[in-house]
Amino acid sequence: MIDLTQPAQFGREAPSPQEISRRIGRSRREFLRDAAGVALGASLVGGSPFLRGETAAKKRKVIVVTFGGGARDQDTFAPEGQENIPHLLNELIPQSSFFTQVSNHGILGHYVATASLATGVYETLNNFSAVPPQHPTVFEYFRKDLKRPPSDAWVVAPSNGFNRIGESDYRTYGPGLGARVVLPKHLLSAATSGQTMDYGHLLRDNYETPLYTPQIEGGDFELQQLDSILKLSVSDFMAHAKTLSSPDELSMYIVKRLMQQQAPSLLWITMHDIDVAHSGAYSLYIDGIRRTDRLCAELWKAVQNEPEYAGNTTMFILPDFGRDADEDAGGNGFQHHRTGDAASRTTWMMALGAGVRRGVVYDRPMQSIDLVPSLGAMMGFSASISQGKPIQELL
Amino acid sequence: MLPSNLQVEQFAGYPPEARKLVAANLSVLRQMPISFLPNLLREIIDYDFKFPAERVSINREFSTLSSLSPTQFAEWFQQFSQLSLSSQLEGLDWINQPGLFVEQESAYLWTTHQQDAFRKAAIEYGDRLQSSALLQPLPMRRLGIAIIGQGVASYNAPLFRNLRKHGTYFDQVRPDNGLELLLAEVETRAKAHPVPYGHWYVDGGQAANHSAEITCVSYRALEPTRAALLKNIDAEINRPGMGPEELRTHMARLAPTDVGMDRNGDAILDRFQLKLFTEGSGTQIFSTTFAQWTAREALRRAQPLTLLVRFAPRQRQRPMNELFFSNSTNPELDLEGSLVDADFAAYYHWINQQRLPGSDQSSFLVWFEGHSQALAISPSLPRGTTSSSAMDLGALVSLVTT
Repeated sequence: MIDLTQPAQFGREAPSPQEISRRIGRSRREFLRDAAGVALGASLVGGSPFLRGETAAKKRKVIVVTFGGGARDQDTFAPEGQENIPHLLNELIPQSSFFTQVSNHGILGHYVATASLATGVYETLNNFSAVPPQHPTVFEYFRKDLKRPPSDAWVVAPSNGFNRIGESDYRTYGPGLGARVVLPKHLLSAATSGQTMDYGHLLRDNYETPLYTPQIEGGDFELQQLDSILKLSVSDFMAHAKTLSSPDELSMYIVKRLMQQQAPSLLWITMHDIDVAHSGAYSLYIDGIRRTDRLCAELWKAVQNEPEYAGNTTMFILPDFGRDADEDAGGNGFQHHRTGDAASRTTWMMALGAGVRRGVVYDRPMQSIDLVPSLGAMMGFSASISQGKPIQELL
Repeated sequence: MLPSNLQVEQFAGYPPEARKLVAANLSVLRQMPISFLPNLLREIIDYDFKFPAERVSINREFSTLSSLSPTQFAEWFQQFSQLSLSSQLEGLDWINQPGLFVEQESAYLWTTHQQDAFRKAAIEYGDRLQSSALLQPLPMRRLGIAIIGQGVASYNAPLFRNLRKHGTYFDQVRPDNGLELLLAEVETRAKAHPVPYGHWYVDGGQAANHSAEITCVSYRALEPTRAALLKNIDAEINRPGMGPEELRTHMARLAPTDVGMDRNGDAILDRFQLKLFTEGSGTQIFSTTFAQWTAREALRRAQPLTLLVRFAPRQRQRPMNELFFSNSTNPELDLEGSLVDADFAAYYHWINQQRLPGSDQSSFLVWFEGHSQALAISPSLPRGTTSSSAMDLGALVSLVTT
């Protein structure tokens, strides 16, 4: 809630949120043009890179990574933040179409915002409840329209609250048509039979409500996932987990394993380490950004090394939203995403790989709910209930 | 219940000073839209436990609103009036539980996509209030001091990066007796202008010796309170039906005596300290977060003339349940991470100070404890420059405040 006793900005004549969003996008564009030598996109629109035939669509793979939970421009793409994202800047941006001004007009909680990304509708569900999205997810559109089996759509999600993200309760979609969801922490908890002493650092959960730390549970279902889907023995899994340093590293390990064993066509990964910012420790927040930056690059390398994915995969990276601006009196800067100010709503999106123009920057305003209909247009399904608009620059 | 039907008797549950305030301003309260009123009542219900600066601010708000014509009043609250709330919200006991109403109103506004409209209305209201206020000049220039990096032997990355463009970077400070010299300056200022809650010393660890005229909050001194709160939380979490929102509501209702604070203590300061833990995020586990949040809240609420914040090393990150409930009395410390946290927190200290009246005359000093690096911001000092003048912290603080 906004603090009514304080002015929002200590400078008078504060710019409007729209103006701030535009400036954020503009600064990203100018930086990328200068530093990475990428082109501005407006003049390049026209001539779809995806018009390479229907046959390609059948083998096409799409991976969506949410750069979570929420990072600000000044800590990433602004000049003072660039030291935190060397892999995005030097390795991935030159291969990408980069969208500088992506707004999230919905509720800024991680589960509800991720659900909104996945449905293309600003969901209004309770962020802290394990409830399904109210509208069909991208996984349901994909599977129903393209008649794909359950094994072709997967979600790797970070925490307890995300276990219902795979499918909605929408009447004509819903149960049985969604993605399979794997919660790596639950796998680990099951593998260790709850004896998690050596693995506690991989089980951090629920940064948005740090005082409320529900028990992470895992049982027979998770053990079955390990064995039959990931083809991993408990001992191998635990041995590898011991070498990892964070929950997102554990997620990335599972993602790579899924790619090898199941090769899903639609794979969605929700990163979460950055959200440690809610603890108020700036150093840990920055560590989270740097780790996520590294893991995104590692994932792209893994894509190139997997025969099922190399050459036919399009990867999207985008934060679910930003975080509060330092200057907003209603918040406490990087720590939260509660004010709804421009910094917390304005993010970016990177698309790279098959069918995507390389080294192009687009700075027109778009919304995060535009992702799902864009994926539909690219993959050949109709996101009919989504409220977003297909991103023409990708089509 | 609609605001226009308010009666004084309905506020019988409010503390005495708050009741008087309501009685004196009932006609103003009756004109307010329900989307706004409980936000103000949330402040009024705690009026008896507010710092003097907060009381002045609330009184001034009523004074300003009372002076408005009906047309002006309607214009000031027009945007709030246009917000649509549910009948369920309106049916809440928002007189006696304004905090609960505000929490649920916030969730409702987000869900119905009205949060941006509320935010815009609130910002404009705050700006109107600020521009209409006739502020008394401060008795002395405001001074903020941050001491960061306790225990760090060496650090090669640049410090004070966000503040350098606003002040002068000193690289030849003599660190001897630095803390004592800075605390002496706080004491001198407190003696010169003995304003209640006007001069503060916040320590993220064990507080050093200081004058009784200084309001002191320290992480170490609040260890029993913190432990009692975490025990209380642990018990609550295990109750059926408990979730993060329910836990938050439970904590908002806690009184200082619920977590073992002395009934005969300073009621205003005790409530302030309890709220640091019940309203802050991460204050319960990281001393750097505690110090930063305390500085923010002290500035926002008490508006001190002097605020010295000394950061101490925080414990290393571990799983949340271990951070909360570990019995270890000697947790492993993260010295360098704590320095990075504190360096950024000093920037927030300055930002929060600059929100207060007199910001064009205020001064700020941040020092890397035990080392020769400091940065000073003052109307009399150049910005974005480096000085290699050798001086101790006493001389530097004099330079900043003159």
